[in-house]
Amino acid sequence: MHRFAMLTAAATFFLVIAGGLVTSTGSGLAVPDWPLSYGQFFPPMVGGIFFEHGHRMVAGAVGLLTFALATWLWFGDNRRWVRMMGIGAVAAVLAQAALGGITVLFLLPTPISVGHAGLAMAFFALVSSIAVVTGPGWLRIDAPGPSVAPQPTPMMSHTPERTRQDRPTLARDNQGRPTLPRAALIAAVAVYVQILLGATVRHTGSGLACPDFPLCNGQLFPALSSAGIGFQLLHRVGALVVAALVMWVAWRVRNELHDIAELQGPALVAVCLLVLQVLLGALTVWTALAVTPTTTHVATGALLLVTMVVLTLRLHHRYPASRLNARSESKQ
Amino acid sequence: MTRKLLAVAFALIPMVTVIACGGGEAPPAEAPAESAAAAPADEMIDPATIADAGGITGSVQFAGGDPEVQVVQMAADPYCLSEHAGDVELQRVLVNENGTLAQIFVYVKEGLEGKTFPVPSEPARLDQQGCMYHPHVIGVQTGQTLIISNSDDTLHNVNAQPSNNPPFNIGQPMAGMEAEYTFDNAEIMIPVRCDVHPWMSAFIGVVANPYFTITDSEGNFSLDRLPPGDYVLEAWSEGLGTQTINVTVAPNETAEATFAFGS
Repeated sequence: MHRFAMLTAAATFFLVIAGGLVTSTGSGLAVPDWPLSYGQFFPPMVGGIFFEHGHRMVAGAVGLLTFALATWLWFGDNRRWVRMMGIGAVAAVLAQAALGGITVLFLLPTPISVGHAGLAMAFFALVSSIAVVTGPGWLRIDAPGPSVAPQPTPMMSHTPERTRQDRPTLARDNQGRPTLPRAALIAAVAVYVQILLGATVRHTGSGLACPDFPLCNGQLFPALSSAGIGFQLLHRVGALVVAALVMWVAWRVRNELHDIAELQGPALVAVCLLVLQVLLGALTVWTALAVTPTTTHVATGALLLVTMVVLTLRLHHRYPASRLNARSESKQ
Repeated sequence: MTRKLLAVAFALIPMVTVIACGGGEAPPAEAPAESAAAAPADEMIDPATIADAGGITGSVQFAGGDPEVQVVQMAADPYCLSEHAGDVELQRVLVNENGTLAQIFVYVKEGLEGKTFPVPSEPARLDQQGCMYHPHVIGVQTGQTLIISNSDDTLHNVNAQPSNNPPFNIGQPMAGMEAEYTFDNAEIMIPVRCDVHPWMSAFIGVVANPYFTITDSEGNFSLDRLPPGDYVLEAWSEGLGTQTINVTVAPNETAEATFAFGS
């Protein structure tokens, strides 16, 4: 089941790239009808139709994989919350298909196109999360039970609940900082918001509102003469915020939890993806929205989000109870 | 608390995205100011019956350097490739051999307020042939029928993106297909493109009067049977923007007008 979830996640990543290519190549309206394509199941795959209809075909495959995964989870996993994740994935893929159809039929209205991109990323993160929580690493830790820290997430409700008074808080540590699981969650949400900002830049045609980088029209603080410049600046400032948060989380994982190997990987990968993503963002502007850097920018953003979601999940799962308790005590 | 935060993360964020962005875009304008201005006291004029009609002739000169040429390779669609012997050159600024400009849309922009004109019964035609639009620039009068047809043995979508009229995007997958459209509001210009073949583009100029034309291969234009009066004439170029000049048309006389675009 874990491998099948991994396959679905990989297919979803491929779908994100295919969807990115539709916008990057300007093929969003190459097929004017939906759900059929020119009234057919398989129109000639010429020009922009290759990208748009190809996206639909990959999406169909991911839809089928998602149905199969949800069914498998429903009958094969006794954790209710995992089964609900499967149901959520099916609901998301159906909603995503509807948004895709609406955006074509209504000639790519910006809110729908941005919503389509946003739901795509949330779906990718959800399917990846299913892969994580069905993985051998997760299940191995779950089996013995006591080594796992508190139950801070709904995902852990299959183990006996502690009372509210017994449960250590994950909000802040004794230095007044958010605990690592909380910090990672904040960073993951920030990455998601940044992706939504990026999608807004893309679907409002603001990609070259600032034709230069890192300055905008030669200025550090340009006049907000158009909404496009505003979106560009928000996305650039967002990149700074995300970079700071991801680096902060990665640094803390390395320093505070260096003994937990399965957290070090995602933290390192997140930093690498972050650096790559900033470079790709610059390249996207420098190449005047060339198809390859622009689409890779979208794909890397998706990978960064999923990496941060994986890290967040594992942190919530593996955060040492002893560490938290010790801090609580030392605070008293 | 964290438990709740995680629970809502997957469920709410996409919904919030759609809902929050939902009010951001205004629907296409259905009834803009131009048509609203034409109200009850309008005088109907048939150009054919104007007793002392005059006209305007002129040319569009070009003083710029060599215009940019875009070489299109149509390998994305074997049919399109087979329709052309070699690479196809596209020019947003089309310079004639005599140094004048072709494909310039010239029309009477001002001077006919309060007058209406019969809608031509003859439709305008925009054809897709050899994976190109023919013509590249076309004019129609408000209310006049525009027939968009496909002469190619391949499929095209016709994606019109007006800002002053309802947009549309239709598929014409087979040769011989036709679609009819009319535009109720004046608009300079409506861009049309085919997303299957990204090099295909056309521009539709919609004018509330019948006095519009496109410069020929000599850079010349001519507007006939105008009522005498003072007019603002505008020339639109795909690559060079617009220019206006004032022209006075005397009874039974033809006025001269020359536009001069730089690079």
